Amino acid sequence: MSMHKVELKVNGVPHSAEVESRLLLVHLLREVFRLTGTHIGCDTTHCGACTVLLDGNPVKSCTVLAVQAHGREVMTVEGLETGGKLHPIQQGFTEKHGLQCGYCTPGMMMTGFALLARNQQPSEQEIREAISGNLCRCTGYLNIVKAVQYAAEQLEKGASHAA
Amino acid sequence: MIPSSFDYHAPSDLPSAVALLVKHGEGAKVLSGGQSLLPLLKLRLGQAAHLVDVGRIPGLEYVREEGGMLRIGACTRESVLEGSEVVRTRYPILFETTKVIADPVVRNRATVGGNLAHGDPANDHPATMLALSAQVVAVGPNGERVIAIDKFFLGLFSTALAPDEILTEIRVPSPPPRSGGAYEKLERKVGDYATAAAAVQVTLSPSGAVERVGIALTNAGPIPVRAGAAETYLRGKKVDDAAIAQAARLAGGASSPRADRRGTVEYKREMARVMSARALKRAVERAGGH
Repeated sequence: MSMHKVELKVNGVPHSAEVESRLLLVHLLREVFRLTGTHIGCDTTHCGACTVLLDGNPVKSCTVLAVQAHGREVMTVEGLETGGKLHPIQQGFTEKHGLQCGYCTPGMMMTGFALLARNQQPSEQEIREAISGNLCRCTGYLNIVKAVQYAAEQLEKGASHAA
Repeated sequence: MIPSSFDYHAPSDLPSAVALLVKHGEGAKVLSGGQSLLPLLKLRLGQAAHLVDVGRIPGLEYVREEGGMLRIGACTRESVLEGSEVVRTRYPILFETTKVIADPVVRNRATVGGNLAHGDPANDHPATMLALSAQVVAVGPNGERVIAIDKFFLGLFSTALAPDEILTEIRVPSPPPRSGGAYEKLERKVGDYATAAAAVQVTLSPSGAVERVGIALTNAGPIPVRAGAAETYLRGKKVDDAAIAQAARLAGGASSPRADRRGTVEYKREMARVMSARALKRAVERAGGH
């Protein structure tokens, strides 16, 4: 067993910890940094509840070692709101009833957030494909798709206001 | 689930990575994207005393066509392969394969080299690489060697890689004119392994006869299966519906799947036939034939 010092940015803030080799990123986030917004679902790389962004790309944090995140930037669901204001993707899930039990929601929002970062106007098909690694057992996905579409519209409005 | 303890090493170059493998022998495993290895360790289906992470070695992530071949760095993420213009336009079979590996979030971590080096016959790249007659490059203590894909898969989770070798590159011959390829996968849901899947790459002669053909099956036996009889049957033939049907029957016959929750042996063999027929039809169409 080896111990390693990991230093990484989480939601823009430098974090560090002394970790065992085998510690998973999701446990580093939840148990060491106490960022419990990221959920552990299936723990077998299927469900995507644990999705966080690693250098901007959604990954399943139950299948990444904490040491692999050393020197990288992680974004979790806690990083979505700014100054007490919800991000449009969060507003979308509220407005469109994109959740029932809420278990998959942090992962869904991170995947949706990453999609909108690279594709501002995704089609329904593109949204469905993007979230196909995130499982929801409540909603049938319809309202999740609507939530992402809502966020895309809000972001576009925001962008045109800014311009 | 937490894996049992191991030591983690993050070498910054290939010689150090190989040296670590030499030092730790059978107890060491190469960690790439980790999307197969980490679940295996978490479920305690496998154990490793040492993980050698090749993910921090620069220069192993690239996709480029040069010298008559497509070179893919072993640590290239599936999502990068999927986004590659040259793959999408020149190697549709590869594009279709990477698109159906696991799910989009997993593909942000999973690597092409890992998909092959894991030696899992249920993985999707092996059949496609067989159809394409690819080669893999391995680096070990005695330098580099090139392994033909037909000599690479030795058994379930077992490849021609020695414990102290690292897969560094995949080489795919550039398709000549009048070539086409396709990958057809039947899966119960996104992220599942194939119930049956077929990879076909074909090159036609100016007269429209089959000059070169590669057909291989995913999850159809303990190692990825080349459908040799179907290939032999098609070589030199003009392809019509009857020829496709017969070749697909021969390909289905090459499959020796195990029954599991995805279906019975009979069902899977039948689906191997159907996937082969569909892939063949599309490959030939893309080659400009039929």
